[in-house]
Amino acid sequence: MTARSAPVPETVVLDPTAERKPAQRQLLKRPGSLDGATIGLLDISKARGDVFLDRLEEQLVARGLRVERFRKPTFTKPAPIDLRHEISTKCDVVIEALAD
Amino acid sequence: MTAATVTRPTLIDGLVAVVKRDCPTCELVAPVLADLAGRLAGTGRTLTVYTQDDPEFPAGVGALDDLDLDVSYRLEIETVPTLLHIEAGAESARIVGWSRDEWRAFTGCDDLGEDLPEYRPGCGSLTLDPSRADELTVRFQGSTLRSRRVTLAALEDEMEALFDRGWTDGLPVVPPTPVRVLRMLEGTARAPDEVVAVVPPDLVECTVEKVAINAVLAGCRPEYLPVVLAAVEAACTDGFNMHGLLATTYFSGPVVMVNGPITRAIGMNSGINALGQGNRANATIGRALQLTVRNVGGGVPGGVDRATLGNPGKYTFCFAEDEVGSPWESLSVERGFGPDASTVTLFAGEGPRGVVDQLSRTPESLARSLALGLRAIAHPKLALAFDGVLVVSPEHARVFREAGWTKARLRQEFDELLALDGTELARDAGGITEGMPEFLSGTTVPKFRDGGLLIVHAGGGAGLFSSIIGGWVSGSSGSQPTTLEIRP
Repeated sequence: MTARSAPVPETVVLDPTAERKPAQRQLLKRPGSLDGATIGLLDISKARGDVFLDRLEEQLVARGLRVERFRKPTFTKPAPIDLRHEISTKCDVVIEALAD
Repeated sequence: MTAATVTRPTLIDGLVAVVKRDCPTCELVAPVLADLAGRLAGTGRTLTVYTQDDPEFPAGVGALDDLDLDVSYRLEIETVPTLLHIEAGAESARIVGWSRDEWRAFTGCDDLGEDLPEYRPGCGSLTLDPSRADELTVRFQGSTLRSRRVTLAALEDEMEALFDRGWTDGLPVVPPTPVRVLRMLEGTARAPDEVVAVVPPDLVECTVEKVAINAVLAGCRPEYLPVVLAAVEAACTDGFNMHGLLATTYFSGPVVMVNGPITRAIGMNSGINALGQGNRANATIGRALQLTVRNVGGGVPGGVDRATLGNPGKYTFCFAEDEVGSPWESLSVERGFGPDASTVTLFAGEGPRGVVDQLSRTPESLARSLALGLRAIAHPKLALAFDGVLVVSPEHARVFREAGWTKARLRQEFDELLALDGTELARDAGGITEGMPEFLSGTTVPKFRDGGLLIVHAGGGAGLFSSIIGGWVSGSSGSQPTTLEIRP
């Protein structure tokens, strides 16, 4: 027998709006250009993710772009809220390295 | 909205009984049902027994399983046992509990239940069990709800998820789950799909259901819903002009003043701290109106709401008039409604300010103090363009009561005291550029247009203070105070 964890219950709510926008939150549009943008590089703490991000940083900096580095304490959990907040206030775009 | 909107099940003609094992009266009548089944066998008449909790019960009658309570709910069973007559597939009569005489008359068996006591009351149907009722409501009535269902991701925090979707005014809201919305809709006799108003700024047709959802968000109890519906309707009239009020750079927002028996029935505050925090009805009714304008109408600060500063009353500003303690006819009666009518009056108001007068003991002196305060609405040199509400506190009202001043007498005094000298109001007069046009110099200018001053009575029993709520642009070019009767 395989042990299965109980599913986390979902909450269904009724839309209080005029329903003119999609119910799911939409991704922001991709920027047309990176000129002048600050790029966040997020290391999720998986092995060798940093190698990939180091190389990306070299290339982005060589293009004259500003790069900020961030690191999640562990890849097993979502990024802490303070880290997400910091990234959202400092960066225009973010690149996350999903290494394995 | 009631269970009556639910489709009745089709049943076999004859007798139908609904029982549960967990009911001593059902246990008591179990042998009677078996007896009845035996007697009816071969007569062409049938007995159908539905059991709510145990398919083996009662023994010997071939009971049908109603564990999901489908039949019980749709038959609106409130008590077990219930015995029904079914003719042509529909119910023609029912009895509940055990009464020997009733059961004998109902079944036509004169010697039924010889060994049983004469009478035993029944027990509550499982459909009414609090642990089942909500699920049943959603199962059977959820389909009447038309609004889009939004599934929050399993790992989303509910409260955060509602903030993220932009559905709040900056304070947490109650998640509007279908069961909460259905419960809210129990507060009105109006159909969920009835259009209440066309809500600005997006001019969206807003149904009773959408108002109910926003009332849930705001924290209302179902019995507040009729007040919220009336407030939304009043706010969205052409006269009140919610669109302009929203779009203005001015401070103001909708102020909801409630009159009549409903204020006492739902426990609104008209006494101590009437304009302040702490009363659920006051707080959530005003908030539900604002959330409806935000969510349904799309009126969001920085979007169409262009207020320079706004005011804290834009979260919620709603109170009841103290009619019982008032020396005067209520605002509602003054505006043409009967004393037993429940009404909302919407006023485009800014935050309240205080007027202190702890020394006046004559109505003349007190009226002069209040008039000075009223004159300052918007600017002491501006007249006619701004309405006002004067909230007279009990201790100030007592001065007028003891002198025998009616509200009309007070209004007459204000008319005289607030007939202003146009020369003093003129632009640049008094070294102040702001003011009225030059052509009014030499004339008398009333501070308020006709009908521009509303007077209500509210507040705690101690404190020789009254309050003034200044208006926004008045009349047809701005907002007209709007009173509507509250319908159930």
